[in-house]
Amino acid sequence: MKRFTDLYWRLDATSSTNEKVDSLREYFAAARPEDAACAIRVLSGGRQLRAVSTTLLRQWAAEAAGIPLWLVEECYAHVGDLAETLALVLPHPGPDAATTGVGMGLAECMRTTIEDLRGASDQQKRLVVERVWQLLAPRERIVWHKLLTGGCRVGVSQTLVARALAEVAGVDPAVMAHRLMGTGVTDAESYAQAMSSEPTADDARRPYPFFLASAIECEPSDLGPTSDWIAEWKWDGMRAQLVRRGADATLWSRGEELVNGAFPEVIAAAAAIPDGTVLDGELLAVRGNKLLGFAAVSKRSGRRSVPRKLLEEVPCIFVAYDLLEDDGADIRGLPLVERRLRLESLVPLPCTAGAEPAASEAVGVPFETAASPQPRLLHSPCVVGNAWDALAAARATSRGRGVEGIMLKRRSSVYGVGRVRGDWWKWKIEPLEIDVVLLYAQAGHGRRAGLHSDYTLGVWHDGRLVPVAKAYSGLADAEIVELDRIVRATTLDKHGPVRVVQPTQVFQLAFEGISHSTRHKSGVAVRFPRIVRWRRDKTPSEAGTLADLVQLIDAGTIDASPQPEMTP
Amino acid sequence: MSDLLAVTDAGLYCSQGDFYIDPWRRVPRAIITHAHADHARSGCGRYLCASPGTLVLRSRVGSSAPIDSLRHGETLSINGVEVSLHPAGHVLGSAQVRLSHAGTTWVVTGDYKLEADPTCAPFEPVECDVFVTESTFGLPVYRWQDPAAVATEINDWWRANRDAGRTSVLLAYALGKAQRLAAAVDPSIGPIIGHGAVMKMVDAYRASGVRLPPIDRVPPRARKMGGGRALVIAPPSVAGSRWLGLFGETSVAMASGWMSLRGVRRRRGFDKGFVVSDHADFPGLLTAIAASRARRVLVTHGFTDTLTRLLQERGVDAAVLPTRFTGEAAPDAAVAERDDDTQDDTTDMSEEAPV
Repeated sequence: MKRFTDLYWRLDATSSTNEKVDSLREYFAAARPEDAACAIRVLSGGRQLRAVSTTLLRQWAAEAAGIPLWLVEECYAHVGDLAETLALVLPHPGPDAATTGVGMGLAECMRTTIEDLRGASDQQKRLVVERVWQLLAPRERIVWHKLLTGGCRVGVSQTLVARALAEVAGVDPAVMAHRLMGTGVTDAESYAQAMSSEPTADDARRPYPFFLASAIECEPSDLGPTSDWIAEWKWDGMRAQLVRRGADATLWSRGEELVNGAFPEVIAAAAAIPDGTVLDGELLAVRGNKLLGFAAVSKRSGRRSVPRKLLEEVPCIFVAYDLLEDDGADIRGLPLVERRLRLESLVPLPCTAGAEPAASEAVGVPFETAASPQPRLLHSPCVVGNAWDALAAARATSRGRGVEGIMLKRRSSVYGVGRVRGDWWKWKIEPLEIDVVLLYAQAGHGRRAGLHSDYTLGVWHDGRLVPVAKAYSGLADAEIVELDRIVRATTLDKHGPVRVVQPTQVFQLAFEGISHSTRHKSGVAVRFPRIVRWRRDKTPSEAGTLADLVQLIDAGTIDASPQPEMTP
Repeated sequence: MSDLLAVTDAGLYCSQGDFYIDPWRRVPRAIITHAHADHARSGCGRYLCASPGTLVLRSRVGSSAPIDSLRHGETLSINGVEVSLHPAGHVLGSAQVRLSHAGTTWVVTGDYKLEADPTCAPFEPVECDVFVTESTFGLPVYRWQDPAAVATEINDWWRANRDAGRTSVLLAYALGKAQRLAAAVDPSIGPIIGHGAVMKMVDAYRASGVRLPPIDRVPPRARKMGGGRALVIAPPSVAGSRWLGLFGETSVAMASGWMSLRGVRRRRGFDKGFVVSDHADFPGLLTAIAASRARRVLVTHGFTDTLTRLLQERGVDAAVLPTRFTGEAAPDAAVAERDDDTQDDTTDMSEEAPV
């Protein structure tokens, strides 16, 4: 546990990739296999379960510290991190704690002080928690609290973990990345397998590491002739790999979770493709010919099984845009154009959802009719355009189609690992924009703890400002500091951590879509709102109105789904 | 019985004695608790401070300013109000102001700490009826370590940098903390270099009889210094400035009570943060309040609302006293602050803007 805590703080203290890999390598070289497996699970950001509710932890910590609960809450609002807050308010441990710690490895510590607690009574939990508190120094408590509450996030990518492990094991980093995918490493045994130089038995179910695109940084015309590129729609769904090997099919999210249970119709459809096939693509929610968007897909994705009603309300399909394994062979090294040819012969139907009816007729595929069931497995058609202007014109139709823009992929590109710039670009549509006024501000968390960086923004309606969006900054660090000062100086009222400010500051707000909403007081919900510019040149009276926003809804056809509940 | 002190536009005012304590405007008569910029402003008619702090205050308010001084514990009557000054342990010459009039005693702490500090007299509890306390670190997450343990951490960091050929840069207030740190580190590790703003105060400290290890100055037009071995002590405003270019490869650390929090350490982007403060930590505030045996407590600059509420719940007659003091500059002060070298490093960045 002590060794893992040291690793956590070493990773926390540096932003250098090399130093991170060094720390990881030194950790794995020295760690026992069961501890290493446990560390991989935590570092990979895999789902962690909460052993003790934070409400109970706060109460116990307040009592242990001899302070009222409200004071713990005040501290939390100031610190911005509950694990750290509790670690700091608790009485300092006995003098020998710094040297002894809990005296067990990460895996044993996780098992006996966290996993075993899940079924325990509150009283039993409390005994364990208070015993561990006495054994750990504050910096170790922070890490343990994060593990205990299932919120341990460490700033290393899976690629870096794979790189460090590959160096320790002496295998190729790409092989290691592949071995960590899917169910990956869970215990000492699977860790030993992952570290072996021999091919492993579990390879059969594993997906490949995802290749990721970057946002385009130049004018598309600077990318050279369009003939070097393949353009596809940028679908508004959930990235996934469909692995068809042996008797069964598995569907993996980009978070490496097995999501078979959430998309049974896709799994059923996968029976139609041959053994030894791995498809990369997007899970989309589609009703009729209409794309329902990411929020609809996410209603499905978190589930182990899907109730019939939801299956009918949010029908899902898999749209493949790449073929990674063909007839049992890894073909990621072939050029994209070759992989696509093979993909289109394996999955012949193109997805035409979102297109104008005329266009889908032209392609000749009736998307859904009463007679034939909806096809669940399709490929993503190329967007045709022999000049950048033509592609730009196609991209301009994105919002109406319910897609996010266009993907540009180099015809000759191999399927890489992680985010490698240069071959795959996202060319997203320009966001919608409106000028808004700062109404409320709340202190941020983590790096922005103690600074007011969460903003509630409003527009005019009937002579009053009504909140329409929350944005978590989007400003430069120096601007946040400056705005924090303005927030403190213009506070009219405080509701817990939320400050009501005088409406004095105007911001340009960008968002991806807008829809009517019954959950928001303003009656509209904007999607992915973020601040793009601080309009110091404008006064609040120059900000936009609710009528402007409603007009945007009527202008577009996109079915944006409600954002999470807005406060206050 | 009326209050001995009230907050006016010009500062904390004692009408019975017709003087101010740490006024924020120019006034005829000012009693100064200590020479930090938010407590000592130039241009007042007459100053009164504790005698160990006279030279430090003079370096701040100018050579021609009329400064009277009192030895710790010595009493002076001003218009019938008995005034005495008692060590606050904050920086050299820092004092709590005790006022006594018509059978009532008030104590204004200014800034204070309870930890040992070899460069100034230790905090002395003074019993009173009304205790006016600061609350800069008035949250239970702020608890200081033993100063010796922090000194060991700093020495270890310095030694590791030296062994790697990097110059160590330690950012700290030019008045008080810089001298305290210079006195605490192990000078056998390498040379210590002081920034100009720090050296001005080092001179005042030495002239006041405080023993400090040898500290080198940066000569005008210096091209290169430190040699990858030195410890440079400089105010936070030099962070990210060209001045640091003098020292080649550096590791930059900040010494501040705010460094207790991971979020602050990360946001400021320093290589290292040391938790060192010249203010009382949360237990220190409660200890000092209890030791005053005051029946009424007034809470100024810092987490005023929080500390006041806690005291009230514990049966103390407590209230907020709104002032313009700022205490230890808030965590993000130096981000906005890129001032010239002689500029004071305490700015008007209040943790909580006064209402």
